[in-house]
Amino acid sequence: MADLKTKERMQIPRHDMPEQEPHERAANFEEVNLGYSIEIAMEEAERCIRCKNPVCVDGCPVSVKIPEFIKMIADGKFDEAAEILKTDNALPAVCGRVCPQEEQCEAVCVLAKKGKPVAIGYLERFAADWQRNHSNLKHVHVQEKTGKKVAIVGGGPAGLSCAGDLIQMGHDVTVFEALHEIGGVLVYGIPEFRLPKEIVRAEVDALHELGVEFVTNYVIGLTETIEELQARFDAIFIGVGAGLPYFLNVPGEHLNGVYSSNEFLTRVNLMKAYDFPNNVTPIYDLKDKNVAVFGGGNTAMDAVRTSKRMGAKRAMICYRRTEKEMPARVEEIKHAKEEGIEFMLLVAPLELVGDDNGVLRAIKLQQMELGEPDSSGRRRPVPIKDAIEEIPVDAVVIAIGNGSNPIISQTTPELIVNKWGNILVDESNMKTNMKGIFAGGDIVTGGATVILAMGAGRTASKAIDEYLKNPETW
Amino acid sequence: MNKILEAKFIGPDIKLFKIDAPKIALKQKAGQFIILRIAENGERIPLTIADSDKTEGWITLIVQGIGATTKALNQLEAGDFVRDLVGPLGQASHIENFGTAVSIGGGVGTAIAYPTAKALKEAGNKVISIIGGRSKQHVILENELAATSDEVYPCTDDGSYGFHGFVTQKLQQLIDSGEKIDFVLAIGPIPMMSAVAEVTRPHGIKTVVSLNPVMVDGTGMCGGCRAYVDGKQVFVCVDGPEFDAHLVDFKILQQRNRTYGIQEQAALEAHMCNIDVVYNEELKNKKIAESI
Repeated sequence: MADLKTKERMQIPRHDMPEQEPHERAANFEEVNLGYSIEIAMEEAERCIRCKNPVCVDGCPVSVKIPEFIKMIADGKFDEAAEILKTDNALPAVCGRVCPQEEQCEAVCVLAKKGKPVAIGYLERFAADWQRNHSNLKHVHVQEKTGKKVAIVGGGPAGLSCAGDLIQMGHDVTVFEALHEIGGVLVYGIPEFRLPKEIVRAEVDALHELGVEFVTNYVIGLTETIEELQARFDAIFIGVGAGLPYFLNVPGEHLNGVYSSNEFLTRVNLMKAYDFPNNVTPIYDLKDKNVAVFGGGNTAMDAVRTSKRMGAKRAMICYRRTEKEMPARVEEIKHAKEEGIEFMLLVAPLELVGDDNGVLRAIKLQQMELGEPDSSGRRRPVPIKDAIEEIPVDAVVIAIGNGSNPIISQTTPELIVNKWGNILVDESNMKTNMKGIFAGGDIVTGGATVILAMGAGRTASKAIDEYLKNPETW
Repeated sequence: MNKILEAKFIGPDIKLFKIDAPKIALKQKAGQFIILRIAENGERIPLTIADSDKTEGWITLIVQGIGATTKALNQLEAGDFVRDLVGPLGQASHIENFGTAVSIGGGVGTAIAYPTAKALKEAGNKVISIIGGRSKQHVILENELAATSDEVYPCTDDGSYGFHGFVTQKLQQLIDSGEKIDFVLAIGPIPMMSAVAEVTRPHGIKTVVSLNPVMVDGTGMCGGCRAYVDGKQVFVCVDGPEFDAHLVDFKILQQRNRTYGIQEQAALEAHMCNIDVVYNEELKNKKIAESI
C-alpha cells in the first residue's frame, strides 16, 4: 500500500479474527481463532498511525517494539516482524493468543480513544505463526558467550521469558522443570482450543536452538536443592508459579467427581485424557452429563468450555458476583456464551451433595445479591435469605485460584516468604534475600497472567545480567 | 530416559526393577516415592522406592501388574528404558528409636514397608516384620526383611506358608503374648491398613500407614490425591504419604480410589495387546537409538 495519511489509516475498520463456528468448535479441541490471512494482516497493520511516542509499548509488560514490528508486517516483511518480536518476547505466538491485550497494549493504543485499537495481539500472532510455518531463518542475535551459568527453576512463562533474554545476552542457561514437558501453565492449563500445544513446543524448541538447556522430571527442592544449585550456577531464577489449588472449603469436596481446575485441566491438556483410551490417563466420562465450574476467571472459562467439548449436556459457570466483576477475558466469556455455556451468577456454594457410594450428584447453591461497597469499592455479595437451590450435577471443577507450592520454601528455609508462601523480592530487580537468587511470576505475585509472569522474567533477566557482570554490587 | 539395569519376577505378577537414576538414588530416603511414565501416550503412576544405592546410582521399584500401565511396565526387561522418572517425592518416613517396632506389609505393600523397616532397624529399634500374602508365592522379600529384622512372620490367607491367617491376627497374637510394641508401620491394601489401625487403637500404639491414592503430578499442584486426616484435607503427595493410622479416613480413601474403576477396566481390556505393541515399539526404537 502506498504511504497513507493518518486520517486514511484511521478510516480502515479493525479486522475481526476469523474463528470456527460455535456449534462446530464446541465439539472439538481444535483452535477456535483461526488467525489472520496475509491480506488481512497487512491491511490491519496499516491501521497503526505510527505514533512518535508509542504508548502501546509502555502498555506491554515486556516492552515489545510494537510500531516497528507492525510496520514490517505492513511492508510484507514478516520474517523481520517476527525477529523484532523475538528480541523482546520469547513466546510471541503464545502471547499473541493468551495476553489480555484489551487491558495492556491495546488499552492504551491512541486509536482506542476514538474507535477500536489496532489488533496488536492478532498481528503478533500472525507474525510468529508466519515465521514458524514459512521460514527457516535463524533469528535473533546471540551475544558472545560470557561463560556465566544461570539456573532457571520452573519451565513456565516467567522462566522461559527469563531464559530467552539471558541466552541472548550470552549466558549459559539451564531450565529445570518438575513435569515431563516444558511450558508450565501453557501445557497443563490453557487448553488446546485456545493455545495448541504444538505452538508451545515450537517456541520452546526455538529457545533450545538458541542454546537453552532443558531438564525435565526434575523437582528443585527434592531432586536437587536450591543450595546445591548455588554450587553449580552463578545465578538462579525461581519461577515455579502458583500451583497449589484452593478448594471451596464446603462439605462434600472429597466426593468422586470433584476436581480442582489444575487436576481437571492437567488430565485433559497435558495427559490428553479427552483422547482416552488412546491416551491412558482417565477422566470422568462427561458425555451427556451436567458439569458445574466454580469461579469467574480464565481458568474457569477454560474448564467449562473443556467440559462442553467432552460432551457435557449442561456446562455451567457458578460465580458469586456478576459478569461485570468476572476476571476472565471478555473474549473468553463471549466465546463461552456462544458455545452454550450457562452462566449462573450471584451464587455461592453451600454444599456438594453425594450418594451413598461417595459419588457427587448435586450442588447446593446460595443465591446472593450485591450489597454495600466494601473497602475496595466493590459491592460485596450478600446471601438472600432462604434462597437456596439444589442442582443435579455429575462433576464439579473448582477454579477459584491457586496458592504457592510449598516445596521450594520448605526445602530452602533461608528464603524469605510471606504468610501465603509467596517469595519476597525487590520488585525493581526481582532479587530475593539470598545472594544471586532471583524470583518472579506467580510465586511472587500469586496467581496472575502469563504476560505479567513474562514481564517479571524480563525484569529479572536484566538484573541477573547486571549481577553477573558485577557480583560485588548485590 | 532411565535405563532398566535388572528386571526379575519375585512373585506372581510382581516384578522387581533396578533402574539407573543417580540423582534420585542420591537423595532418596525411606518412605519416598517416584512418579513414572513409560510412553508418550502413557499415564503417570506413583511407585514407592524400595531400595537404592547412592554409589552405584540405582533405585529399585517393585511393581504389581494390576492395570494397563503396571502390566505394560512388567513386560519391560533389563536394557529397556523408562521414559519419564521423577523423584524422590513426598516426605521421608519419620524414623526414631521407638523401642520395638512392628513393620507390616501386605502383598506388594511389603516392598513399600521394607526401606522403612530397614531404617527403623538402623535407628536402633527391635524390628518385627509381618509379611502377608494370599498364599506362599505372594509372600515377598522375606530374605531381605530377615536381614534387617529381629523376627519375621510370614502369614498366608490359605495357610500354605507360615502363619495361617491375616497379618492383623498375627499382630493381635503378638500383643496378646505380652510383647511390648511401641510403634507399628502398616502398608498394604486399604482394608488391611484400616484393620491394623483398629487392632492397635485400643492399646494406644502409635501406628503409621502409607496412603496410596490416585495421583497425577505428585508435586502438590492438583489435589487429586487429597485425603482426610483428623478431619482435615491433606495432599498425600506433599504432606505424606505417611500419616497417623488412627486419624485417617479410610472410607473416603477407598471411595476415591474407585473413581476410575470403569475406565481402568476399559483401558486394561481395550489396550492390553495394543499397549504392548505401542509401548514395546517405542521402547525398542529407543534401545536401537541408544546402541547407535
